[in-house]
Amino acid sequence: MSERLTKSAARNIFYGGTVFFVILFIALSVHTHLHIVNTSTDESTLTESVARGKHVWERNSCINCHSLLGEGAYFAPELGNVWVRYGGRDHPEGARMGLKAWMRAQPTGVPGRRQMPQFNLSEQELDDLIDFFEWTSRIDTQGWPPNTAG
Amino acid sequence: MKYSTQKLAYPYFIAALLLFMVQVLAGVLAGSVYAMPNFMSESLPFHIIRMIHTNALLVWLLLGYFGAAYFLIPEESERDIHSPRVAWLQLCIFVFAALAAVVSYLAGVHEGREFLEQPLWIKVLLVIAFLLFLYNASMTVLKGRKTVVTTILLLGMWGAALLFLFAFYNPSNLALDKMYWWYVVHIWVEGVWELIMASMLAFLLIKMTGVDREVIEKWLYVIVGLALFSGLLGTGHHYYWIGTPGYWQWIGSLFSILEVLPFFAMVLWCFHMVYRSGRNHPNKAAMLWSLGCPVMAFFGAGIWGLLHSFSPVNFYSHGTQITAAHGHMAFYGAYVMLNLAFFTYALPQLRSVQPYNQILNMWSFWVMTAAMAFMTFTLTFAGVLQTHLQRVVGMGFMEIQQQLDLFYWMRLLAGAVFLVGALMYLYATLGPTSKQVSSSLNM
Repeated sequence: MSERLTKSAARNIFYGGTVFFVILFIALSVHTHLHIVNTSTDESTLTESVARGKHVWERNSCINCHSLLGEGAYFAPELGNVWVRYGGRDHPEGARMGLKAWMRAQPTGVPGRRQMPQFNLSEQELDDLIDFFEWTSRIDTQGWPPNTAG
Repeated sequence: MKYSTQKLAYPYFIAALLLFMVQVLAGVLAGSVYAMPNFMSESLPFHIIRMIHTNALLVWLLLGYFGAAYFLIPEESERDIHSPRVAWLQLCIFVFAALAAVVSYLAGVHEGREFLEQPLWIKVLLVIAFLLFLYNASMTVLKGRKTVVTTILLLGMWGAALLFLFAFYNPSNLALDKMYWWYVVHIWVEGVWELIMASMLAFLLIKMTGVDREVIEKWLYVIVGLALFSGLLGTGHHYYWIGTPGYWQWIGSLFSILEVLPFFAMVLWCFHMVYRSGRNHPNKAAMLWSLGCPVMAFFGAGIWGLLHSFSPVNFYSHGTQITAAHGHMAFYGAYVMLNLAFFTYALPQLRSVQPYNQILNMWSFWVMTAAMAFMTFTLTFAGVLQTHLQRVVGMGFMEIQQQLDLFYWMRLLAGAVFLVGALMYLYATLGPTSKQVSSSLNM
């Protein structure tokens, strides 16, 4: 093996293979981008308030405790499907009220329980954030998570 | 040490090690919050601690790579660094940006994509510092002798800088955001950083084993080839459940198996070269780290990664403590140990002494490695339990977490032991050296 594979052959395989896989990855990325925009997410309902809600999510670094579609800090519950968990599909108004009440009640101060800080979100920010959760819950995630526990 | 500008590495390594301490301290704090949830919940909430923990890690690893590049490029290129002033300026900007980020997080000012939380102006500073490095290193390499080690190192650095530009693209569509976020996060650690890792290991092997450069460099090509061929499409194992097409489940699962290969090849490569040389390099601690690094990377990044990267498994384990277990050992094995190996090798030369404090250094190796292995085991057990209760049984997240208390206490213990090991390393490398080892001897 060592004798048959020369250094220049190894070099050519490296550069040739890398170019091949970069091109393949870019091609698949283009397809994936189009799939996201056209099929798996609902761009037509990606409103101003959903976009603002995403910024509320980011400005408060929610991802560093919670996870969103399974990515994040695993310290606090998954929120990609929090809209579904709160029954938003059947009772949107109830879910909205429930989520707002929950965030306003933090921190609970219960001993031995993880504490969520009080972020003092305005009514508008709460609504935007919840719109973002609602929109996110409709992304086609190939059936993930397995159940509403997230 | 043949070239005076190699000394530039010294301040980089000191800055890296100090930020390493910040990272480990933040880690112990975060581990404390897991075990005692009310701990500092008002004054310093968990999300702030975690941002400091992860960001300090990334920044100190990069400082280590920059320093290592400034140390090895002159020897490889057989000429001094193009501009020492640019290197100093780059260091100042980078360290300032890192400290500014920490202060900014403590004040609650940050962006909100995981690991990319730096405020925009800090991201811009990081890019400027990176560009200064690329200019300085590339000019030196272009004017000097070209070796495979420097070519691959620069390829890795250029790739890392280019991919970081995706940190500036944040679309409102969450699925798109996530897709391009992985361009930075995955293709860094499972792509271009492996190029940096392999080239730094190649340099250490050439210097410490004395094996013919031609042989080492040929296998360097093979290893970085395996890394990129598997790692690029291996991004697919992050594209299962975020709104990406279903074919990624096949691509991601297949290429995840292949992603183990470069790490396995690195183990064989390092051990075979050391075995073949039969030479006894006086810096035994550096040798230990250089052999430990690929082994722990193989387990942490390779095996623990493969454990949950098949899509049917990942469907249940995604976003649980299993990911945390994998993340800890992978980063420690691949990139922390790589830097600690390089520091251990280079610092005696930078301080103009013979290898020193080797026993303490090797103890710190075993303490940190054992602590990290134990932490990984506890998180793996916690993750398996969590996966079953949450994803199979369907119990609520918070209810499950209380059942995992014991594991989180053991993880905190492992973290505290790791901190002791890190302090031992710090003292062994930056602390005083005994008088009799002082020497102008160059190795």
